[in-house]
Amino acid sequence: MLLLIPLLPLLGFVANAAIGRRLTKSVSGGIACAAMIASFVVSIVSVWQLVGLPAESRSITQIVYTWISSGEFDADFALRLDPLGSVMILVVTGIGSLIHIYSTAYMHEERAAEYARYFSYLNLFAAFMLVLVLGANFLVMFVGWEGVGLCSYLLIGFYYERKSASDAGKKAFIVNRVGDFGFILGVLLVFVQFGTIDFQEVAQHVAALSPETTFGPLSLITLLLFVGATGKSAQIPLYVWLPDAMEGPTPVSALIHAATMVTAGVYMIGRNAVLFGHAPETLTIVAVIGTATAFCAGTIGLVQTDIKRVLAYSTVSQLGYMFLAMGVGAYAAGIFHLYTHAFFKALLFLGSGAVIHALAGEQDLRYMGGLKKDLPVTYWTFLVGAIAIAGVPGLAGFFSKDEILYRTFASGHTLLWIVGLLTSLLTATYMFRLVFMAFHGERRAPAPGHETDDSAHGHGGHAPDGHLHDAPPAMAVALVALAIGSVVAGYIGFPHALGGSNRLETYLEPSFTANAERQALTEIASGTDASQSEDGGTGTELLLMALSSAIAVGGIGIAWYFFRANPAAADAAAERASGLRTLLVNKYYVDEVYDAAIVQPIKLASEEGLWKTVDAGLIDAAVNGAGGTVSRFSDVLRRIQTGSVRTYAASLLLGAVLVIGYYLWP
Amino acid sequence: MPTLEHYLILSAILFSIGTAGVFVRRNLITILLSIEIMLNAVNLTFVAFGHALGNVDGQIIVFFVMTVAAAEAAVGLAIVIALFRHRASLNPEAFTVLKW
Repeated sequence: MLLLIPLLPLLGFVANAAIGRRLTKSVSGGIACAAMIASFVVSIVSVWQLVGLPAESRSITQIVYTWISSGEFDADFALRLDPLGSVMILVVTGIGSLIHIYSTAYMHEERAAEYARYFSYLNLFAAFMLVLVLGANFLVMFVGWEGVGLCSYLLIGFYYERKSASDAGKKAFIVNRVGDFGFILGVLLVFVQFGTIDFQEVAQHVAALSPETTFGPLSLITLLLFVGATGKSAQIPLYVWLPDAMEGPTPVSALIHAATMVTAGVYMIGRNAVLFGHAPETLTIVAVIGTATAFCAGTIGLVQTDIKRVLAYSTVSQLGYMFLAMGVGAYAAGIFHLYTHAFFKALLFLGSGAVIHALAGEQDLRYMGGLKKDLPVTYWTFLVGAIAIAGVPGLAGFFSKDEILYRTFASGHTLLWIVGLLTSLLTATYMFRLVFMAFHGERRAPAPGHETDDSAHGHGGHAPDGHLHDAPPAMAVALVALAIGSVVAGYIGFPHALGGSNRLETYLEPSFTANAERQALTEIASGTDASQSEDGGTGTELLLMALSSAIAVGGIGIAWYFFRANPAAADAAAERASGLRTLLVNKYYVDEVYDAAIVQPIKLASEEGLWKTVDAGLIDAAVNGAGGTVSRFSDVLRRIQTGSVRTYAASLLLGAVLVIGYYLWP
Repeated sequence: MPTLEHYLILSAILFSIGTAGVFVRRNLITILLSIEIMLNAVNLTFVAFGHALGNVDGQIIVFFVMTVAAAEAAVGLAIVIALFRHRASLNPEAFTVLKW
């Protein structure tokens, strides 16, 4: 049953990859959507079964076959569904389905073969992502982990004729590879340390140990795994690929770079919560990196002019929040934010896709404006997404972000909390800057000489100043569904402080503890948790909620003042802080620093050292030298071959005489 | 009554004549004939030794050599004819292209 979940999209991939180019667009798109929706249905049924089990034993494992059995090393191709995995598969298949449906309209101007290629990649991606979240051990997870990396490369570089797109694909792949290197080292260490790579078994082994107080093997393992997570989830220092990944088609950005793949790192930490929980050193690093990423990406997002790049930095920033949550031990809050973020970020990306679609490939915010009346569906859904991500009370983003901030504060990381709060101000500001610039005010025509990327996006045909088309039905359906999700998704984790019960947290809790300690923990929890939330906990939480709501509204207000009411003030402010602005527009020069510190030295070493010295100087020289020597010797020796039978006969005779003479000579 | 020694000397002479023929003559057919002479010189040796040692092994070997020689002659002549058709010449020096 579990196997069907990743298998269905995989079949969709196989079908589209094999015969897609001979199918019409509606058939190949239909296959892909059907595969995803079927997978979604199977997921729902599986999760239904899971919820039907008693809370203590909510875990379904399916061993498909024994994959590797070598000496002490055993790895089954095993899938496991538990509360954490169930949230993930619902997000992946549910949002994935919506994005598939949206894509059928968004990509409709591609040629049929390209269309099928696109959908085959999309299906393959979904299949790998599902393997990643369902994998019951590190190795199966690693298959999915690498697979989504591959698919993101394929999809980012989908418009491979464009150099920037294929470069972005390579960048994503290579940066991810750096992270994966850390990840696999971590996995190897896990095996060395515990002799198993099954998540549950590892958790049980770890639970028996006491948390490390200094930097020990557990810290090393978790740190290496975290390196993998920074690559996949775009955290400092490996976040650089994600903004560039916006070269891919917009639905891809929504699916991979917002809703699913980038959450893999967060998910992986959640999956190994027990392991990370025993390595406080690493957790601190995770929290600090998460916060730093959230803040830096937020500031960069404030000045970007490409609509998708703003969203990309926003994604990086929100992922930072999730890592902050993981780092302070609020695993459920992190996963909660992952889940709500999937809705509104997919919505925002798809909304921006609808804008780009309507504007014939225009992505620059400076040339938008006033789209509100032409694109009502897009506008209203986008607005819902923006409000949700800004953290206005009542929508999904508020509950999850507030939960994270509250947990950070409660765990005593006041500094991180302050930065987190600042970031939420930034979030509200840059999101509404985007909304105001794109949808409000007057339409700003492209500057002379500015060319939109018509051909590259394949959305030519809409005259820039003619009547604009709002999202076609397939896109509108996805937008509306996600908008509804962005509003209601948060209520599953309705906080205690407001009289809710935070059902999601209770549901997820078993995934973050090992079987052994679960019993003890629930007993403690029932005692302490209640008392904690009674004494002042509720009051603090309410206060913090009010504070972060005020900040969200304040951020929107700032954006309104600068980008709607008084654009001149924005220019003036930019003028005053031009140094800072340049720094931000250039994204802290991180790409340049990486280029100078890593890319150029590697290029130099490869070119001068490995290529010209080792390859050309040593390897080629050795091979050519061997060939040359043989050739020179044979130049001499070949003259013995005269072709004259008589000569051969003479040498034969001479040989015979010599041999006989040798024996007969006295 | 000729002794073994006489036979061996005759055989040596025949062999030398054959060898000389192979090297001296410029006609492929003559060369083939010379090779036959060399073979028969060897046959003579076998028979002579067989007689001197009083058993028939030498004579049996000779039968084998003769069969092989017949086959060799057939193949050899066939090759000579093919070569002649190719180059209209029987001079072995005309066929020296088979080299490096």
